[in-house]
Amino acid sequence: MNTQALFSQLLIGAINGAFYALLSLGLSVIFGLLNIINFAHGAQYMMGAFAAYFLLQWAGLGYWTALLVAPVVVGLLGILIERTMLKWLYQLDHLYGLLLTFGVALVIEGVFRNEFGSSGLPYTIPPQLTGAYNLGFMFLPIYRGWVVLFSLVICLATWYVIERTKLGAYLRAATENPTLVQAFGINVPRMITLTYGFGVALAALAGVLAAPIYQVNPLMGSNLIIVVFAVVVIGGLGSIMGSIVTGFALGIVEGFTKVFYPEASNTVIFVIMALVLLVRPSGLFGRTT
Amino acid sequence: MRIARMLVLGLVALVAAGPAAAQMSDGVIKIGVLNDQSSLYADLAGQGSVVAARMAVEDYGAEKKGLKVEIVSADHQNKPDVGSQIARQWFDADKVDVIVDVPNSGVALALNQIARDKGKALLVSGAATADLTGKACSPNTIHWTYDTWALANGTGNAIVKTGGDTWFFLTADYAFGHALERDTEAVVTKAGGKVLGKVRHPLNTQDFSSFLLQAQASKAKIIGLANAGGDTTNAIKQGSEFGIVRGGQNFAGLLVFITDVHALGLPTAQGLILTETFYWDMNDKTRAFAKRFAERDRGIHPTMIHAGVYSAVTHYLKAVEALKSDDGTKVIAKMKDTPTDDPLFGKGTIRPDGRKVHPAYLFEVKKPTESKGAWDYYKLRATIPTEQAFRPVDQGECPLVKK
Repeated sequence: MNTQALFSQLLIGAINGAFYALLSLGLSVIFGLLNIINFAHGAQYMMGAFAAYFLLQWAGLGYWTALLVAPVVVGLLGILIERTMLKWLYQLDHLYGLLLTFGVALVIEGVFRNEFGSSGLPYTIPPQLTGAYNLGFMFLPIYRGWVVLFSLVICLATWYVIERTKLGAYLRAATENPTLVQAFGINVPRMITLTYGFGVALAALAGVLAAPIYQVNPLMGSNLIIVVFAVVVIGGLGSIMGSIVTGFALGIVEGFTKVFYPEASNTVIFVIMALVLLVRPSGLFGRTT
Repeated sequence: MRIARMLVLGLVALVAAGPAAAQMSDGVIKIGVLNDQSSLYADLAGQGSVVAARMAVEDYGAEKKGLKVEIVSADHQNKPDVGSQIARQWFDADKVDVIVDVPNSGVALALNQIARDKGKALLVSGAATADLTGKACSPNTIHWTYDTWALANGTGNAIVKTGGDTWFFLTADYAFGHALERDTEAVVTKAGGKVLGKVRHPLNTQDFSSFLLQAQASKAKIIGLANAGGDTTNAIKQGSEFGIVRGGQNFAGLLVFITDVHALGLPTAQGLILTETFYWDMNDKTRAFAKRFAERDRGIHPTMIHAGVYSAVTHYLKAVEALKSDDGTKVIAKMKDTPTDDPLFGKGTIRPDGRKVHPAYLFEVKKPTESKGAWDYYKLRATIPTEQAFRPVDQGECPLVKK
């Protein structure tokens, strides 16, 4: 294997890593504030892709509009779930949140599968981003390049807002001690609701980004979310930067596996997960509780 | 620490979760439709196969003839262990007499042995591996619709003859992919072509970019897709992103179903060459069947797997009625002795090795401008006559065939 090929695989891995990063970031944000492990994340990612598809089919609105509208719509649906169901569970054991969101995910996916089957629906790459650059060492589809850049920007912006702004400071404070923050006149329940909505919107955004690459498929979420949860276990919940770095890094590891031992490319992340759990049970960047 | 444990727990739940297991009942002639009902093969077989089996029973007029037939179905989740467990439960406890469909060669091979051990009948429509009528052939199994040898022979030959003489395989890493790759490689080499490389990807892979780059680097003229369903559509779709076709390479979809073409859309799928043994728009009988079928299966038009289930169940009922017994081994023997005749495949026969034979067709996917609308996707390039469509009976190494 020459260095050129190696380099192109590195890039490909980073592209997949971008999806892992976006999704695990949303999970981390939600867990950080709500203490809920959002198992509906994959379904919400899938709904993002479907929202893009519906916008195109029913309203004639293309990719760029979908990139804005789909996360908002799915985020609002997320808020609905938070208001009607999740908010009753904050005081209870994590297990309840897990069961609820897992159930919600199964219901959503079941409904979509019944309606749209399992083969998926076509969604084309926006005309501005079709084609490919010849980088000399590889053929880089413009759309893939866009996905890496865009999700990197989103990830870093999220990290910046949470770690470096006043709003983020409130969020972090509310994570530590909600009662005290509320005493300072900050509407913590609303903040929690909006945070869940934001986390869900991140998943939906990843879904829109994925739609032109994969088929818009009711199963796309459940296929990906298993890996993403492994990524989260490896990175450790609650660390924003941790989930971004782990996402990209594991995408790259997986990419290399596809070259050197493709048969294991579905399992390599779980092997790493098992190893990390043995050595650092709270994950590479996780808080030790 | 607890959270990590919870996450892992949840992960396990995610991996293990699947739709409910077998739907149980009891009856006289009990047909079990076992296939993938929730994952990448669910549209090309799935509930559609259950619909096809029901239609076969209704059209046969089983009730009027005094035959009490019941149909049960279950999801094997593409896992041989799950499939085997359901099959044992069906055969032992639920008095199921025959299992039909069973896409996923891994599951089919496992069931092939179970049906043989228990003296029950297995009618395979969905699975592809030609081993079912080769080394693994059984007096209790009939392989109905198509197999890897037929696919390789049809598509592989046609492509090598039109100049596609260097190949790179993207192969699904299980029994089916291996068999299809092996059979196609044999055809390619025999016709004077060369295989430059291959890569084996796990079943149900989302992202093919890494594999596509390897294929691109091989400079092979043809990228042979020895996979099916969602794997094939993902590979083709992402291939167009990486400019595979623009760069002068071409895909050979070795197993492409009409549902895959529908999912890809004609702009992406046009020009693909594929082998099938059934297309809904062939004659008045197939069109009538497709119309009734689509009404009952969410508008999906029947794949050759669905058609095969219909045809196989029809012939099974005929044999049971003639024998007045549903003993698996006897019924299969009777089915082999009786010529087949049904509206979808016409007249045909079943060979001693369990291979049901009929013509195969080489289709080309239409250009968007040639298509009159949804599901009008194929034009016929060639008909491969029955005698040439399947592996000659003496070359399969099937122990049932007397030399």
